[in-house]
Amino acid sequence: MSDLIKKVDQAWLQPSERFIKRRAMRAAFMKAILFGCASLSVLVTLGILYVLLSESWAFFREISILEFLTDTQWTPLFEDAHFGILPLLSATLTVTGVALSFALPAGLILAIYLSEFASNSIRETVKPFLELLEGVPTVVYGYFALLFVTPLLQQLMPNLAGFNLLAPGLVIGIMILPYTTSVSEDAMRAVPNQLREGAYALGFNRMQTAVRVVVPAALSGITAAFVLGMSRAIGETMVVAIAGGQNPNLTFNPTEGAAAIPAYIVQVSMGDLPHDSMGYKTIFAAGLTLFLITLAFNIIGQLLKRRFREVY
Amino acid sequence: MNPTLTHPHEHKHEANGSEPRNFADETYEAAMKAATAVRAEVQDLSFYYGDMQALKGINLKLKDRCVTALIGASGCGKSTLLRCFNRMHDLYPGSRYEGSIVLQPDGKNLVHPKTDPLWVRLNVGMVFQKPNPFPKSIYENVASGLKIRGITQKGLLDHQVEKALKNAALWEEVKERLHKPALSLSGGQQQRLCIARALAVEPSILLLDEPTSALDPIATARIEELIRSLEGVMTVLMVTHNMQQARRISDFTAYMHMGELVEFGATEPLFTAPNEQQTADYIQGRFG
Amino acid sequence: MQFIKPFYSHAESRRLVRNQGIKDKLFSVLGVCILLLALMTLIALISDLLIRGIPRLDWAFLTEFPSRKAERAGILSAWVGTGLVMMVTAAVALPLGVAAALYLEEYAKKNWVTLFIEININNLAGVPSIIYGLLALGLFIYTFSMGESILVAGLVLALLILPVIIVATRESLRSVPNDIREAALALGADQWQTLRHYVLPSAWPGILTGLIVGLARAIGETAPVITIGALTFIAFLPPAPIQTDFPYVNFDWLDAPFSLMPIQMFNWISRPQADFHVNAAAAGVILIVMTLLMNGVAIYLRKRLRSPYKG
Repeated sequence: MSDLIKKVDQAWLQPSERFIKRRAMRAAFMKAILFGCASLSVLVTLGILYVLLSESWAFFREISILEFLTDTQWTPLFEDAHFGILPLLSATLTVTGVALSFALPAGLILAIYLSEFASNSIRETVKPFLELLEGVPTVVYGYFALLFVTPLLQQLMPNLAGFNLLAPGLVIGIMILPYTTSVSEDAMRAVPNQLREGAYALGFNRMQTAVRVVVPAALSGITAAFVLGMSRAIGETMVVAIAGGQNPNLTFNPTEGAAAIPAYIVQVSMGDLPHDSMGYKTIFAAGLTLFLITLAFNIIGQLLKRRFREVY
Repeated sequence: MNPTLTHPHEHKHEANGSEPRNFADETYEAAMKAATAVRAEVQDLSFYYGDMQALKGINLKLKDRCVTALIGASGCGKSTLLRCFNRMHDLYPGSRYEGSIVLQPDGKNLVHPKTDPLWVRLNVGMVFQKPNPFPKSIYENVASGLKIRGITQKGLLDHQVEKALKNAALWEEVKERLHKPALSLSGGQQQRLCIARALAVEPSILLLDEPTSALDPIATARIEELIRSLEGVMTVLMVTHNMQQARRISDFTAYMHMGELVEFGATEPLFTAPNEQQTADYIQGRFG
Repeated sequence: MQFIKPFYSHAESRRLVRNQGIKDKLFSVLGVCILLLALMTLIALISDLLIRGIPRLDWAFLTEFPSRKAERAGILSAWVGTGLVMMVTAAVALPLGVAAALYLEEYAKKNWVTLFIEININNLAGVPSIIYGLLALGLFIYTFSMGESILVAGLVLALLILPVIIVATRESLRSVPNDIREAALALGADQWQTLRHYVLPSAWPGILTGLIVGLARAIGETAPVITIGALTFIAFLPPAPIQTDFPYVNFDWLDAPFSLMPIQMFNWISRPQADFHVNAAAAGVILIVMTLLMNGVAIYLRKRLRSPYKG
């Protein structure tokens, strides 16, 4: 061993000035590239805003915003054209309402169950399964709503229309269930264990601890889960486009069929619309409406989530 | 408080009757002669984390090719001082240096704001508390420092890898499986691999941050032996929480307390007859 | 000395505890019921597709072009189109997503620019997919005149799954222990060398998982490609990407019109004749097998390929 230990002359191992300079340049270059890629996401948002606003601008030059928001008919492709977004909006809200009236309680119960009751092994098996449920393509869910759920429901409710808002609503409810569950479960699991121990020490049982301590403590996170889930339900396209029907219909009755905003956009894009036609502009006005609604919900949801993180 | 400087004892090993060294006498003599040369000089070094002052006006000389140990209670700033030598603090926001660490013979101030921390780290190697080999092969681990420096010639890499592994007393154990993953080694072997990785680029100074704190006694003994064998080859600055370890393997010892250097001198005198009451209290285990 | 009278007698408190125990059980049963409902939905969905679709699934179904006659129609152009579009999507989304994540996780200082980018990515993840379709229609097709091509479809799906890849990559980078970074930097590596040679290799399994999850989502996406005019009746294949003579690769296919699996399925669902619904089910079987397989692989990878430090 000792023959290898020689006086160290390290100069020849040290990199040259030129190497250091070139390396520094490469590092700066890579940093700039990475920054460029990160800021590309901002460009995407700007692109979305640009497209929606510029095409909607053309639309609103011809149709007043007042008419857009108050007219109760949406018949842009007819001779007697009306441009009221309300029928599309009512269908969107009805579907969302149906979806949430399932996903909200079910998601909350499931999240409480997974975070407070279930053993680790159950949780570990359930989570991948929920992920699979989330991974089913929306077009398949649409097929399922139209050709399985609707006939099933028709046996229970004979007067249910072939295209209706109930079936897609329920299917969307199942679709967003994994999402609302996992976000609210994360929120509950972030509640510090001291709170639970405190509750148990007072003689609370699991149920009481969950409902009176954990849920209130995780409330903003749970709210975030539902707000974000709602945004997903509103923006979900294929299920309503396939099973919800294509006639604009100002109704809040889920047994009727009606076109929701995304369904209308799909329906119009299927045809071949010339670039400058009114029909082409309407899909951007409808898209802008959809974008603004979901954006508002997303921002509220993100703020709630952020607030939750700050608390613990 | 002014640190008291005691001079290294001329023949501490004879006086101490410690075990014979395992390298040739000439090497030892050369090292002792060279020990008068200073490799790095810490002058009035203060260090701040944000508003908190972690080091207060440290003055210290690292003798060339000697082992210098930093001891003191936890939180006394010994690791902080060590990490000033390779500017590790620069990775985290809010750190600020005052004073200087002058590297000889270059005369460059390591903590000067204009000194590139990357340049510093190319010259000062470091081994951490917990063994942290890369999840690559043993060979790749030892060669990584060379590759970072743009060295790609296979012959040179092979030579340096073998030399570093031999110097780190690991060669015999791994020469048959150089291309097996480093994480398959035992904890003690991993730490010796990390030392080999630092040695392969032949740094001016090697920093060891409590290199045995995560290891069992047998692995610790091997590493201590290895560090002793580096005496006369490499300038080593090591932090240890274990006073006896400092006494066993270092030539010089610095005792720190609350961010200040209390006493610095040759190891044996410092342990047998410290000049400061505080040092004596610590060494006798009255606090810390 | 006076004893404090307990609120409940011994018998009362035992009954109380038993009742609460029953409530706990009931709640667990409720939770399991919801899980079962979700599970049954998935089973019903898959078995309905299988029962209707399997009889239609044969070799000809995979090798025939679409046709006006339901029993002669196949999905050749659809699956070829899906494969080619996924290649573009992966090639665009992977480097962009990994680079953005590297910047945000390893370089970005905590300032308003970073915060803005992060909020922006979170919001992009929540933008309805149909809006991406409008972006592609208004920007790529009409403003940049890129045509209704495989390239545009691949690009828009790449943008759509970008947040998925960014989030997965960041998580994966975060799980690489700081020891690795410190070790590399202490050896004299600069930040790029550290990331490129030491951090990224450890983060790969997580990044790969993110890519697979993202692609599984992209494969099933229908809405954004409808708006850019994916065709449902296409009786030819795009030019092959590989050719026998120099330079062996060919990029003409990027400009070709195309069809996709979900589009084909959507088209068949939308027809009134039940025969086409059978075709839709058969296409659905293939689609769902692909996505479930990809998700399954991702879940498996996540379990198996945890970073080497977690044992």
